[in-house]
Amino acid sequence: MSRPVDPAQDWAGPTRPYDLLKEVVICVIVVTLLTTGLAVVFSSPDVPQITLSTWANSKPNDFVATAATELDGTSGSATYGAPYNDTKDAAMKLGPLELQRWAGVTTRVDSVNDFVVRPLSGVPGAPDLTTALDQWKAADRTQQQTWASAYDDALQKATDQDPAQVAAGDYGPVPVMLTSLLKMAQSGGLDGALLTQGQFYRTDYTRPLLFIADGTYLEDRAVGEHLAGEQWGMMNETGNYPGQAWLWLYTLWYQIEPFKSSGNADALVWGLMMLLTAGFVLVPFLPGVRSIPRWVPVHRLIWRDYYRSQRTSSTT
Amino acid sequence: MSAHSAGDAPEMWTTRLRRRAVDALPPEKLLPDTQPSYVASWTYLFGALTIAAFLVVLVTGVVLGAEGPQWWHVSSTGLFLNSLHLWSVELFMAFMVIHLWGSFFMAAWRGKRALTWITGALCFLGSVGTALTGYVIQQNFDSQWISTEAKDGLNSVGIGSFFNVMNYGQMLVFHVVLLPVVVSILVGVHLLLVRRRGVVPPLDAVTDEAQEVTS
Repeated sequence: MSRPVDPAQDWAGPTRPYDLLKEVVICVIVVTLLTTGLAVVFSSPDVPQITLSTWANSKPNDFVATAATELDGTSGSATYGAPYNDTKDAAMKLGPLELQRWAGVTTRVDSVNDFVVRPLSGVPGAPDLTTALDQWKAADRTQQQTWASAYDDALQKATDQDPAQVAAGDYGPVPVMLTSLLKMAQSGGLDGALLTQGQFYRTDYTRPLLFIADGTYLEDRAVGEHLAGEQWGMMNETGNYPGQAWLWLYTLWYQIEPFKSSGNADALVWGLMMLLTAGFVLVPFLPGVRSIPRWVPVHRLIWRDYYRSQRTSSTT
Repeated sequence: MSAHSAGDAPEMWTTRLRRRAVDALPPEKLLPDTQPSYVASWTYLFGALTIAAFLVVLVTGVVLGAEGPQWWHVSSTGLFLNSLHLWSVELFMAFMVIHLWGSFFMAAWRGKRALTWITGALCFLGSVGTALTGYVIQQNFDSQWISTEAKDGLNSVGIGSFFNVMNYGQMLVFHVVLLPVVVSILVGVHLLLVRRRGVVPPLDAVTDEAQEVTS
């Protein structure tokens, strides 16, 4: 006589010998050999990092154009909002929720002073630059903004955004400051200045990374490596390595509407993924979802020996 | 003053803890030498393979951490260790995903095993977070691009204000200490729950009372 098994009770039916320790040891050996084989054959990627120096030497016009946007406050960093500054209406929204703004400014970034004025203030033996900085610091914010915006606009109109092609105008000390910043970056001095910010030990690369990301050099390199968002880059890695393939669902949403063209794409995708993640964790309690295994007969494959033996015993 | 056996001192915290532990996980459950006869599929192997890969990830990570984050960029031995770490992570995640899908299609949360599923799901999520922090501390082009992109998603929901993927020092601590400890604890709890509840029986399983094993 047979009866349904209560899965909450200890199994009282037939058993078979099982050497847990042996299984684990064999698995460790197999995985170690497999890992070693993959490491020997494929190694691992290590594309050298970009420095402000390599950027300024490779794409000087892009560097100066980016620095101009830092100075007139129109760069991505300058207009980002929390957690870097208080730019109004810059934070993404998740419906009525303004989680980004509510979390507050925790790593304050002042693009004018952090990226341009303060590093230049440490450059010795440059009378023209000293005069330019004095003129900048003596002016009020409105005047500074007028100079910087005028220069930024003129630079955008110049051929190849080449500073040498900028039309004549009243830019105040801006051209001298940006030319000096370019020289400083090309020599490697700006990398250290942005990282240290007056301290010796530093491990926070927020400022130099934000500055680099404000330009187009980093993104152009990333697109060349198939790492951009629209290239499913979130789950890619440089070269032909598998990368973070487990992020496939996360990056999928960025490829489709309404997320693809939304100004709040990041917040919407993260909100959706948090919801799906909660569902994933709570599968045992979700009606319908928890019944899928009954409807999809994969379990018939996994336990085919058991079901076969049941059929056999029921027919005998 | 007389000597007491453990059975004579039920009020002791230590005694109570030991009794509860042994009641929940007697040695034959903790280290079994038999399994129900239905535990006979390659699917079950992926749980053990995940654990094996996790051990390789930990060992290679410890060596990389002990030598310091610059080592693998300037040493061929270091590059090989980094390769071992990378590929063991890829295998770990692949095995874990297969194990999760297998557990899903077995409806492995049945019979008071919901917490086993939840801890397994949290292991996966913790591993995704650990992998991300690993990618952003590589100190190469990948880490520059991934951190500047990942910041936007994290910032958009307020997480970035406290978890800054461009702060190398913070990410290093998360990757080599905090998250591995969390994932290791979750893996440990998950394994103990698996041993405590046993392997879930097949859907619609019936037992022949005549074959039942009396203990």
